[in-house]
Amino acid sequence: MAVIKKFKAVKISQNHLLGIQDLSFSEISHILDEAKTFIKLNRSSSKKTDVLRGKTQINLFFEPSTRTQSSFELAGKRLGADVMSMNIVNSAIKKGETLIDTAMTLNAMHPDVIVVRHQDSGAPNLLSQKVNCSVINAGDGRREHPTQALLDALTIINRKGKVEGLKIAICGDILHSRVARSNIYLMNMLGAEINVVAPKTLLPHSVERLGVNVFTDMKRGLDNCDIIMMLRLQNERMQGSFLPSAREYYEYFGLTPDKMVMAKKNALIMHPGPMNRGVEIDTNLADDINKSVIREQVELGVAVRMACLKIYCKKT
Amino acid sequence: MKEKYLINARIIDPKNQMDEIGGIIINTNGKIQAIGKKVANGNLPTEAEKINLKKQVLIPGIVDMRVFVGEPGYEYKENFRTLSNAALSGGVTSVVSMPNTSPVIDNVSMVDFLKRRGRDKSKINIFPSACLTKNTEGIQMTEFGLLKRKGIIAFTDGLKTIQDPQVMSRIMNYAGESDALIMQHAEDNILSTGGLINEGEISTRLGLKGIPSLAEKIIVERDLSFLEEYKCKYHISQISSEKTISSIKRAKEEGKIFSTGVSINNLSLNENDIGDFKTFLKLSPPLRTEQDRLSLINAIGEGLIEVIVSDHKPEDEESKRLTFAKAATGATGIETLLPLALELFHNDSLKLNTIIASITSNPAKILGIDKGSLQIGSDADLCVVDINKPWVVNKANLLSKSKNTPIEDRKLQGQIIKTFIKGEIAFVKA
Repeated sequence: MAVIKKFKAVKISQNHLLGIQDLSFSEISHILDEAKTFIKLNRSSSKKTDVLRGKTQINLFFEPSTRTQSSFELAGKRLGADVMSMNIVNSAIKKGETLIDTAMTLNAMHPDVIVVRHQDSGAPNLLSQKVNCSVINAGDGRREHPTQALLDALTIINRKGKVEGLKIAICGDILHSRVARSNIYLMNMLGAEINVVAPKTLLPHSVERLGVNVFTDMKRGLDNCDIIMMLRLQNERMQGSFLPSAREYYEYFGLTPDKMVMAKKNALIMHPGPMNRGVEIDTNLADDINKSVIREQVELGVAVRMACLKIYCKKT
Repeated sequence: MKEKYLINARIIDPKNQMDEIGGIIINTNGKIQAIGKKVANGNLPTEAEKINLKKQVLIPGIVDMRVFVGEPGYEYKENFRTLSNAALSGGVTSVVSMPNTSPVIDNVSMVDFLKRRGRDKSKINIFPSACLTKNTEGIQMTEFGLLKRKGIIAFTDGLKTIQDPQVMSRIMNYAGESDALIMQHAEDNILSTGGLINEGEISTRLGLKGIPSLAEKIIVERDLSFLEEYKCKYHISQISSEKTISSIKRAKEEGKIFSTGVSINNLSLNENDIGDFKTFLKLSPPLRTEQDRLSLINAIGEGLIEVIVSDHKPEDEESKRLTFAKAATGATGIETLLPLALELFHNDSLKLNTIIASITSNPAKILGIDKGSLQIGSDADLCVVDINKPWVVNKANLLSKSKNTPIEDRKLQGQIIKTFIKGEIAFVKA
């Protein structure tokens, strides 16, 4: 964390956390630095602070989410904010209200921060133009999921000391993954070398332009890697003719012990969850406490979200 | 009306290969009685009232082959009156209206309605197109013969493409017989399912599903293959990619006869302009790469693309104030078609004559109408333009009912000064 400590007095340039692409190196360092202070707090018996006392946080999730939504909810509560999670299934949005109308309605209740997840790329950007409070992107379409990438970075730093100089493989459905995109931007900025590994049908167009090495052979893609990030393969991809079958996918792109040996001995396995055991990852590897840091990612996710809420909530 | 004498203009009429300082005499019926350098002060009656155009450029009134009107069904987006005003302020005197209204234009009774409304509410010449297939479903062809007799100038599903190859082959086969002009919007629906912008680095970065340029090329190649078997009047409404140009070039070299259009948007903007999810730049066909844009301009210069259209598609604010995925597709453009096209002249990309031909005589020839040129006896539909005048696009000043211009704040060079319809002054720049 030595690098990060230099940047104590950083100013965050924007009111919103919409994507890693909008952040500078020092802003990222600031968020991670802040997050680190919350790790200890979260492990202590008294987890509550009053940093955001009197502030209102609204979680606006248009897509079902368990871990991100509960992570943000817990983060807000531990900081002392009043947290409200909107249940979209029963809301006016299902009755045809537009995003902007919803935003204006919520805005009238004077929230300090809105955490939004939406199936359409760019939805948080649109929302941020219409409300007076901060907007934090909790995942939009296939574009960005900045807090996931930040928690991944924190997990790596926690284990490896730094991201710079590491070789990171991101494997699986890159095409539909906002986690992959945010991680590519973030890990690149932090100085890692990135391999993406996927069948060609699950690679976005011109992905090499994002500054990654592209592999369709997983063993070659994992060669000498320090970090292996697995992505969830959604079942509906089987129907869209992206892949012949889950069985074939597991054979060539599932993380199995025989492929794992290509990576460094002390390589770490990460996964944003929820996992498909036996589809993208061998179940024993997923649970291997020496290699898998999947549960630690969840733990540090709360700390990262606390940091983001603290920093961005104060902006308004 | 009184006779009019327009003098001292730089008359550019591509069809008659005219580019000279001269004048036009408009007779009492609104027709051109005389034209050229001989129409000058010394040769005219001294008492006659003359309009001195001070060497401004005078061209035939613009013929815009792709315009969406809101009537019937979407009057809140654009009606015939607002379209007419917008068109005239852009020097456009004739438009081909697209049939994607509500209900769509796919039967004879709808044509009567359109013609009546067009005549009563607008000053410009409305040439309605009708659907290729019933309800633009791509299944059952419309009554080409009967519709054509009613005054339908061309057949197109407008926003949609005939996907079924059997239906398309039968349409082309049948249309050859009835001499109907077929205009295809070229996009393979299955390849472009869910697509929002050009497939490439930008779509990857924005996380928006891409529309591959192959979706366009495949339809063009398919239709041009049919053209070998079924001779008919075939026009590709708009192309957007370099890949398609190569198909067109090869087909032309093989001697196939067809024509191709391009939207001014694809000549003036590229995918980078979408920036931070600007829904006003969500277009169909999508804006593509800078390389594609340059190739399209080059293809106009080479004569591979004959027509530039505005692809004027008014959309109200509510249809655009949505996420990119949910926002309506299309942009207004009829008012800025010529000034934006003049950019290509000012930056030495195209010759002035080529640009003017692509918005006047070329579309008129494809449509088979006596417009887009200035011969004696023709209606005096004219546009006077100061090709050097700088101005800045401000949507508040545009006359279209909808304000979804893709070029807000753009600095343009070239402003329409006057527009004449059948000899009458229909627009004067304040």
